[in-house]
Amino acid sequence: MAFETMNLVKGQLSSEVLALKNKGYRFVTMTCVDLGDSFDLLYHFDLDLKLTHLRLNVAKADRVVPSISGIYFAALVIENETQDHFGITFDGLALDFGGHFYLEEEVKKFPFCKFTVNKAESAGEGA
Amino acid sequence: MATIVPFGPQHPVLPEPLHLKLVLEDEIVKEALPTLGYVHRGLETLASIRDMDQMVQIVERVCGICSCIHAHTYCMCIEGLMGIEVPQRADFLRVIWSELHRMHSHLLWLGLLADAFGMESMFMHAWRIRERVMDVMEATAGNRVIISVNKIGGVRRDMSPEQLRWVLQVVDELETELDKIKAVLTNDYSVKKRTVGVGVLTYQQAYELGAAGPQLRGSGVAQDMRMTGYGAYKYIDFAPVVEKDGDSWARTMVRFRELYQSIDIVRQLIAKIPDGEIAAKVKGKPTGEIVCRSEQPRGELMYYVRATGDKYLDRVRIRTPTFANVPPLLAMLPGCEMADVPIIALSIDPCISCTER
Repeated sequence: MAFETMNLVKGQLSSEVLALKNKGYRFVTMTCVDLGDSFDLLYHFDLDLKLTHLRLNVAKADRVVPSISGIYFAALVIENETQDHFGITFDGLALDFGGHFYLEEEVKKFPFCKFTVNKAESAGEGA
Repeated sequence: MATIVPFGPQHPVLPEPLHLKLVLEDEIVKEALPTLGYVHRGLETLASIRDMDQMVQIVERVCGICSCIHAHTYCMCIEGLMGIEVPQRADFLRVIWSELHRMHSHLLWLGLLADAFGMESMFMHAWRIRERVMDVMEATAGNRVIISVNKIGGVRRDMSPEQLRWVLQVVDELETELDKIKAVLTNDYSVKKRTVGVGVLTYQQAYELGAAGPQLRGSGVAQDMRMTGYGAYKYIDFAPVVEKDGDSWARTMVRFRELYQSIDIVRQLIAKIPDGEIAAKVKGKPTGEIVCRSEQPRGELMYYVRATGDKYLDRVRIRTPTFANVPPLLAMLPGCEMADVPIIALSIDPCISCTER
């Protein structure tokens, strides 16, 4: 169903996620949406069959986001997938496949980005 | 001294490619690391070049075994965004086919599990019983696996009163057949020896690691997305099947008991199915973002759809149950014997096509 989100900035992410964990929420997954010049990261949590969503907007020029895998280990799968598909780097990822969770070394682009860049060019540059 | 042993991607018990790097000390697993990517297709990106109606066929191909439920959940998203009211009869038909999918999925899995621990007769009986479910799907939908009955606004096919009566006869036969193998499955020494106390996932672990479906319920967490009452589930009596031990045996029992539960749900639905239209008219393009969840045979399925009113959807994100069950699997393996790894891996009913999409 249509939903409301709590909008966050990077510095709030870990504390808000930890607060949800302490309240007994189960981590469902994260969704990354390419908005053109930025990404929306939507974090979905469940408590008693009701979903709560956090939204973090990330500029493409600054694609480093704190990992929540230290709080919810389950997040490591979707964070690695998002690294592969969108080129976002998750700082502190519990098990980091370095952008090759699904994709082979020879894949040089981020396939889910609307306007993609070569991986070699992407370090430190905007998309 | 630690030894690293590869498990998969090609392995006799695995129907799909999953690779685990097992760190062993003698015969005991100390750590397991997954490697995925053997069947990654990037299906979600097809939303940018296929329209919302064509996407129904795309999402059905995320996974053959639960194709009907993928399409149902995707359609719920689009219908929610566009404010389409699905006819009640269509809701009932969708759920009847969904429960048939659950039955054939659980029977397929039971056969694979039995094959994994060397019980060939159980493997053949489970798949023989499954064939009756496939017959129903072929007769009512025209296909055995990817039945393509869902469309945005409702369903493509109806079931006649004669077909519904025949489905009731078939589920009666299924119940009789299940009763015959129940005694073997629940009392056999070998089955218990291979599954009881093997691959334990505690209540706390299941919840914190985000387990889904029978993995969650096998560890005592009474959560099933059908409890949210989507589709026709709101019209039936239903309680989730829960076991408390969290081991491979508990997960096996959850699925086996869910076979009976699906039979009961189909009976209730057929008793209550209303007459009427099977599809609503659809006009325009969706706008907004939405999340819908459903219960696949393997657990909770979540779809996120974002649309801007264009021909193509802006984003389709699919979170499948096996995707959620990878971290719990990594927690179940440490401490087990190498010989138990195939049973534990199969006890989560892994679907790698779903996981990688």
